[in-house]
Amino acid sequence: MTPSDRDATGLLTRPEPFVQLVTPTGERRANAEFDPWIADIDLAAVGRLYRDMSIIRRIDSEATALQRQGELGLWPPLAGQEAAQIGSARALRDDDFIFSSYREHAPAWVRGVKPAEMLSVWRGTASSGWNPYEHNMAVPQIIIGAQALHATGYAMGLAWEGSDAATIAYFGDGATSEGDVNEALVFAASFDAPVVFFCQNNQWAISEPVGLQSKQPLARRADGFGMPGIRIDGNDVLAVLAATRIALDRARRGEGPTFIEAVTYRIGPHTTADDPKRYRSDDEIAQWRERDPLTRVLALLEASGVDSAGLEREVAADADRAAAELRAAITTLADPEPLTVFDHVYVEPNTHLARQRDHYTRYLAMFDEPGAGASDRTEGTTR
Amino acid sequence: MTTLTLAKALNAGLRRALADDEKVVLMGEDIGTLGGVFRVTDGLKAEFGAHRVVDTPLSEAGIVGTAVGLAYRGFRPVIEIQFDGFIYPGFDQIVAQVAKLHYRSRGNVRMPITIRVPFGGGIGAAEHHSESPEAYFAHTAGLRVVACSNPADAYMMVRQAIASDDPVLFFEPKRRYHVKGEVDESASLADAPPMGVATTVATGRDVTLVTYGALVQTARDAALAAAEDGISIEVIDLRSLAPVDYAAVAASVRRTGRLVITHEAGQQGGVGAEIAASITERCFEYLEAAPVRVTGHDIPYPPAKLERHHLPDLDRMLDGVDRVMGRPNSLSGVEA
Repeated sequence: MTPSDRDATGLLTRPEPFVQLVTPTGERRANAEFDPWIADIDLAAVGRLYRDMSIIRRIDSEATALQRQGELGLWPPLAGQEAAQIGSARALRDDDFIFSSYREHAPAWVRGVKPAEMLSVWRGTASSGWNPYEHNMAVPQIIIGAQALHATGYAMGLAWEGSDAATIAYFGDGATSEGDVNEALVFAASFDAPVVFFCQNNQWAISEPVGLQSKQPLARRADGFGMPGIRIDGNDVLAVLAATRIALDRARRGEGPTFIEAVTYRIGPHTTADDPKRYRSDDEIAQWRERDPLTRVLALLEASGVDSAGLEREVAADADRAAAELRAAITTLADPEPLTVFDHVYVEPNTHLARQRDHYTRYLAMFDEPGAGASDRTEGTTR
Repeated sequence: MTTLTLAKALNAGLRRALADDEKVVLMGEDIGTLGGVFRVTDGLKAEFGAHRVVDTPLSEAGIVGTAVGLAYRGFRPVIEIQFDGFIYPGFDQIVAQVAKLHYRSRGNVRMPITIRVPFGGGIGAAEHHSESPEAYFAHTAGLRVVACSNPADAYMMVRQAIASDDPVLFFEPKRRYHVKGEVDESASLADAPPMGVATTVATGRDVTLVTYGALVQTARDAALAAAEDGISIEVIDLRSLAPVDYAAVAASVRRTGRLVITHEAGQQGGVGAEIAASITERCFEYLEAAPVRVTGHDIPYPPAKLERHHLPDLDRMLDGVDRVMGRPNSLSGVEA
């Protein structure tokens, strides 16, 4: 590769090859290595993957709308990454443990996380939404790449216990520059940890193009760490499903970690607080819209004789119901009680924090007793 | 009772913890085959196997971060950070993950991780091998911070730290590793005083001298020396730096009316500052003089040939005692 293969922002202008089983126009490409891994995926199963992707896209757009309407403080949209997230999450067994960043709403939805649990963090009513052990999915990680080490450690534990379960670490292209991700790759390789490193290269880390993180395609880094690297079209749900199954199978057989680079695109902003117009062009977004993960699946089904318009209608109704449930869940997210701010800092009794809690309890109590010396204060400011 | 060095007492405590709970795993650099650069884990890999005593790649963030994943899975990782000054690459995982995951997960995920750190100077070492970084961690909500000072405490406190469901930063006074003491290896965890309780190691009437780690012995020596001058010093070994046993310190200060805090770490934002403020708040009307701190200077750790000018020693402690006693001292006539 030469510097001329890049545009001014460092993005590759001549894309590195990747595995693609369904083209953006819905043509099925045969692949001797990958096809056996999705031999069970018949047209009905493809339809179910389409349904998954449609529903999560609708949930995601509803959450963005809820933020715009002031119901959420923030939302990190997954739009554009539906195939990468659904294809990988559907490859997992229920006992495989997921460690994700803050954008993996689709794996959470696949694992049965409830709408209110999905929104509470972003509304600010709780520091996490769900019990990780109920869904075998860790609470989302905001420190970029930190979860890669957690997935590796958990996987080391699984291997020591003799389990054939695995873990998956979701992170983005930006995270590949973090020490934690690189250290996770070292540990996982050294200990043959059953972990799948699933990198969604969505081209942008807020405003920074992937070319700033890496001068070569990310999957090539795997070789240096001593593990296979697979580069796939992350907008092709079948390629994602097959690649993740390959990696999981390797992990279960005790052969260690695999690095998957799913080449995709973040169609929306980094979060609802971001303005991508400042750093990328409409042309670029239009180009990626042509590679949409959902339309290609509909085209594939249509070409295979499925009533895709009927499926689309039916799924749209399901998606609208899911969106309505999400919106309704907002009303269940009451502001937490003030003293819960002290809960769960420690497991065991802590004399210092108990004293601080006691003092704040007394302070708050001043506002409960009329005429107790706090009459000049505005009650609402402390609740 | 057995006579053990502090390092051997830790070794015995770790062996006991490994034997008592199969979820306990030791992780660190050079802790397996070599037995650790201070030999604290000597023989444990041979006894318990490579999956219980794990030589890791050279990555502190990696060690702490994988320990977080193991804790998620139900393990109780015990990490050795080779030297105090090497802990900083792991700082984010300690502060942003280990300390906060129980809170973040609303009590669903526990982080019973023990992070052992040989700390402090006085061994003539190169840079990064003599630091006292405890205040960073005492400042971090969600962590417990303790420091042992003698073999008996080392044996019991390391077991208590491992048994704790909260993460514990466990500071070991490296220049005291080879000092011997009596250890009761038959003692049960239930009978031992909790980690959070301070110990009065010398009783006195005039001044309360508070410290921890390697300086506990220096403080005891200072108390003996002061007694020859007719000054009676009470020495408190804090043991726990977060939380601090303020009940014990305050009870002593209410009797003596004078407080001196000494530690090797620098003064600015240190454990001594917090104790001086807290005791002043709680015991103001009992104090005969403002609390005094005798600490390392606020400098990067100096070269070995200068460390005696950095570390508090017996004479500097006694100079601090003279200050709270209103006796002639190095700052007599100098405005505060």
